[in-house]
Amino acid sequence: MNTFLEYLLSGLLSGAIYGIIAIGIVVIYKSSSIFNFAHGELTAIGCFFVWSLLVEFQIPFVFVILIAISMSFAMGFLIEKVILRPLIGQPILTSIMVTIGLSQFLAALILVIWPGTGRVFPHFLPTGEVNLFGIVIAVNDVFAFSVCVAILLLFTFLFKYTRIGVAMRATAEDHQLAQADGIEVTKIFALCWGIAIIMASIGGVLVGYSHGVSFWLADVGIKAFPAVIFGGLESIAGAFLGGLAVGVLENLGGGYLDSYVGGGVKEIVPFGIMLLVLIFKPYGLFGYKRIERI
Amino acid sequence: MRPCGVFDTRYELDIAIIRTPLHWFLLCAFLALFFTVVPVVVPEYWLHIINLIGISIIAVLGLSILTGYCGQISLGQSAFMAVGAYVTAILGTTLNIPFWICIPVSGLCSGVIGLLFGLPSLRVRGFYLAMSTLAAQYIIIWIIIHGGQVTQGIHAFLISPPTLGNFAFTTENRIFYIIMVCAAALIYFSQNLIRSRVGRAFIAVRDNDLAAGILGINVFYYKLVAFFLSAFYAGIAGSLWCFFQQAISYEQFHLMQSIWYLGMIIVGGMGSTLGAIFGTVFLTMIDVLTRYFGPLAGQYFPFLGAGISSALGQGLFGITIMVFLIFEPRGLVHWWENIKTFFRLWPLAYRIS
Repeated sequence: MNTFLEYLLSGLLSGAIYGIIAIGIVVIYKSSSIFNFAHGELTAIGCFFVWSLLVEFQIPFVFVILIAISMSFAMGFLIEKVILRPLIGQPILTSIMVTIGLSQFLAALILVIWPGTGRVFPHFLPTGEVNLFGIVIAVNDVFAFSVCVAILLLFTFLFKYTRIGVAMRATAEDHQLAQADGIEVTKIFALCWGIAIIMASIGGVLVGYSHGVSFWLADVGIKAFPAVIFGGLESIAGAFLGGLAVGVLENLGGGYLDSYVGGGVKEIVPFGIMLLVLIFKPYGLFGYKRIERI
Repeated sequence: MRPCGVFDTRYELDIAIIRTPLHWFLLCAFLALFFTVVPVVVPEYWLHIINLIGISIIAVLGLSILTGYCGQISLGQSAFMAVGAYVTAILGTTLNIPFWICIPVSGLCSGVIGLLFGLPSLRVRGFYLAMSTLAAQYIIIWIIIHGGQVTQGIHAFLISPPTLGNFAFTTENRIFYIIMVCAAALIYFSQNLIRSRVGRAFIAVRDNDLAAGILGINVFYYKLVAFFLSAFYAGIAGSLWCFFQQAISYEQFHLMQSIWYLGMIIVGGMGSTLGAIFGTVFLTMIDVLTRYFGPLAGQYFPFLGAGISSALGQGLFGITIMVFLIFEPRGLVHWWENIKTFFRLWPLAYRIS
């Protein structure tokens, strides 16, 4: 029972980060119906960037946050303007392939700018351990979890009550109607990309803090895909829940099955779940089932 | 645009692949030269690359049937190649079955696995389908790594070379014949498939699957056929890869490889057999050249750092795809058509489109 609780808790803690990264994918998809395959690499780049600021340039932590957020936002803006703006209205395959091309380019960029391995963050989160229901967990993991929940609440508030959030939801609903109401749809697209990349960077930093900064972070970003599919492509709360579910299931699967099949279950459990969800409940838990018209 | 004076008077002429005696002559001359001169004259290294291109063309043609003609996105082509390669390795090396049985059998095995991962296409499409094939990529490779004695796990699987009687296909120019005969046959098959009833059904499904269903096309059946054929091609490519490399390991069938194959059909031009060939040659040459120039770039521009030699190819690939999608979504094959049109009208063209 105790091991079960341990797997459950550590799953929830890592799942929250998947959730945050997944929300970025959903925000982009909702506004511009583009599935961003480069999200994994963007997660990694965000983390590497923050690491560079903190370690190589020795900038104080408070400024690092500000610089990182504004740079992430600028990057999202740039990607949207340069790469995706010319492709509005193209078939799905085009938008998938262009983000895949972007992911390859960014992966190469990471290799060029930050070659080699062995980077770790200096300690900037509180250290220590807490005892929760008899299970010992690191304080920085709890801190990361609460950051994720806080961000989730912040963005829920943003979408629900601010003017710009309402404009975003209107754009997600129908581009033409939104335009008729005086919303600049392309501006919203760029804004969504900016927000999504901020989320990805935050997720990347939180993972990188506890597991080391390496190219492997791109794979963490890819694990957000099953989370998105699980929750349904259109739901922000769903993406977060999907992230939690993926985190918990991969920990349970890895914990209980690894000894039978020789390790590595953790890596494929999310994709196995994704395949099952796609076959039996293709639009996820909260996704819209769209009625197609010819 | 047709050559001057060539008109279709019968249906067979309308769907003909080769229309004029000159076409026939050029094709035969090309094939004769290709099969007799190339393996003798071309140096070992470039022959290696030609063989690599031949194998990639087979895998890309499969993907072109699935993605270019039937409109279903697959991110798992190299995993299906891995299935073919490992089936060949097990049959050919562990069980000593002759290679001309191994190749089609591994194609079929891979095809059946492809059917399995095509099942979600019953209910989902677009992004969702890309996701399910992404799952295929991860799950198949995981199974190979954990296959124990059968697949030799993370260790390289050494392959005994294919033999025919006492003749062993050990050198590049001997393997060349196996690869190119398969490639030629499969190119012919896919070109022929596209002008048949099945090919037209694929195109209808791609253009609008609901409309295709209303017209009486069994959409799910044709999607599965496309998945089967695509994985079948990948399986054969994997099987040849096995004989070509003579040692396989799970690392050779990375997600990146699947992405490169997708890039090849984008660069070449979607929905065209010739485009698949162009794209494969183009991107393989980029890969080969960057392998050569990458270390040089590191030497001459030290500020780029040590990573450039491995990152150059990947970065160029990403940029190439983005540039083609934004500026020339019809691909290289469109340029080829333009060039042909130009010379057919030259010098009396009054308008060149």
